[in-house]
Amino acid sequence: MEPGAFSRREFMQLAGLGGVVLVSGCAFPMSPTKAAADTDFHFVQLSDCHWGFEGPAINPDAKGTLKKAVAAVNGMSRQPDFVMFTGDLTHTTDDPRERRQRMTEFRDIVRTLKVKDVRFMPGEHDASLDNGKAFKEFFGETHYTFDHKGVHFIVVDNVSDPTAAIGDDQLQWLRADLENQSRDARIVVFTHRPLFDLYPQWDWATRDGARAIELLQTHDNVTVFYGHIHQENHFRTGNIAHHSARGLMFALPVAASQPKRLPIPWDASAPYKGLGFREIDAERVPMNYAINELPVA
Amino acid sequence: MQLHRRLLLRAGAAVGLLAVVGQIAVQAQPKPRIIRITARKFAYEPAELTLKLNEAVVFQLTTLDVVMGFSVPDFATRATIIPGQVTEVPMTPTKVGEFTFLCDVFCGSGHENMEGTLRVVA
Repeated sequence: MEPGAFSRREFMQLAGLGGVVLVSGCAFPMSPTKAAADTDFHFVQLSDCHWGFEGPAINPDAKGTLKKAVAAVNGMSRQPDFVMFTGDLTHTTDDPRERRQRMTEFRDIVRTLKVKDVRFMPGEHDASLDNGKAFKEFFGETHYTFDHKGVHFIVVDNVSDPTAAIGDDQLQWLRADLENQSRDARIVVFTHRPLFDLYPQWDWATRDGARAIELLQTHDNVTVFYGHIHQENHFRTGNIAHHSARGLMFALPVAASQPKRLPIPWDASAPYKGLGFREIDAERVPMNYAINELPVA
Repeated sequence: MQLHRRLLLRAGAAVGLLAVVGQIAVQAQPKPRIIRITARKFAYEPAELTLKLNEAVVFQLTTLDVVMGFSVPDFATRATIIPGQVTEVPMTPTKVGEFTFLCDVFCGSGHENMEGTLRVVA
């Protein structure tokens, strides 16, 4: 562990079951000058709720799973500092009125979270058919930044453009934001789609994601959390770690494991299998001492 | 003066020869096969294609309703299809196998199932 570093532990909590699995750990080194002001914290990532989806063979509890996840978060003995939804809050519909109805219902459910700092970003199901218009009416901007206890968070929208591009304007905004961050700043990026080409054959990519990664590579401590693929995936591009989250409506197969990208059918012997959410724990590790043994002569 | 004229004649003959050779070379290249594909919510017609290895083709793409994508990631080929326009995209398959082509422009509730199969045979 680097001196003055944050370790991050991720836990996947199965909705309704309470099973906890340690997933991985990595470091968020911070600049010594900021260390004194920073404290430990943790947050929760929920993703791909797909409110409005119907398909009993895929999820017979389509109207209950999100509520169970909210109850599970509310039941956490240590409440998170904030909750982040990484897109596909709703399942797509070609009807703009129905889209707003689904967003209304989704918003009413997540309002019952005890944590009041709840942040949102769109997925392609929420935003690609109207360039994010309905999403903005309900949840605000589709890309933004915020700072929390020494970590700089950047929300990147790679779905409001139906071609799955971030776009020149937003990339310029990203570049300008990163220029204001020190090279060793701890940066967390939220996106919906993977920024790298995970599997373009299933549309698991961002058209200009490589340009975003190129910008982010100029910083030493960048971690990306995203959704879209409805399963865990842990990948590294250069010094950037990318972690996808499970979904809360249906699981999807591993890339290229079968010919078509079809949801995994419900397993009655293991309800909610493959669904879940993530708690991310950022804690500052006490100073370590690096010891170098030297010979007398 | 006469020398100049002779040089000009020789140069003209050389250019003429090059033109003939060039024409032969151009004629030796087979014209790419045109493959017409129509997109509509949420399918391609045809949805199954067979190409020969190293066969140059041009996909001629149209859409009947909304903006669509046509992407063959395994051959780094893609195009956006605009309603009312014919979009042409060339491709030469360089490996044998079965590959997916898909819509990569989110087009509606059936978008995720909008795909086809491209077979490349030896």
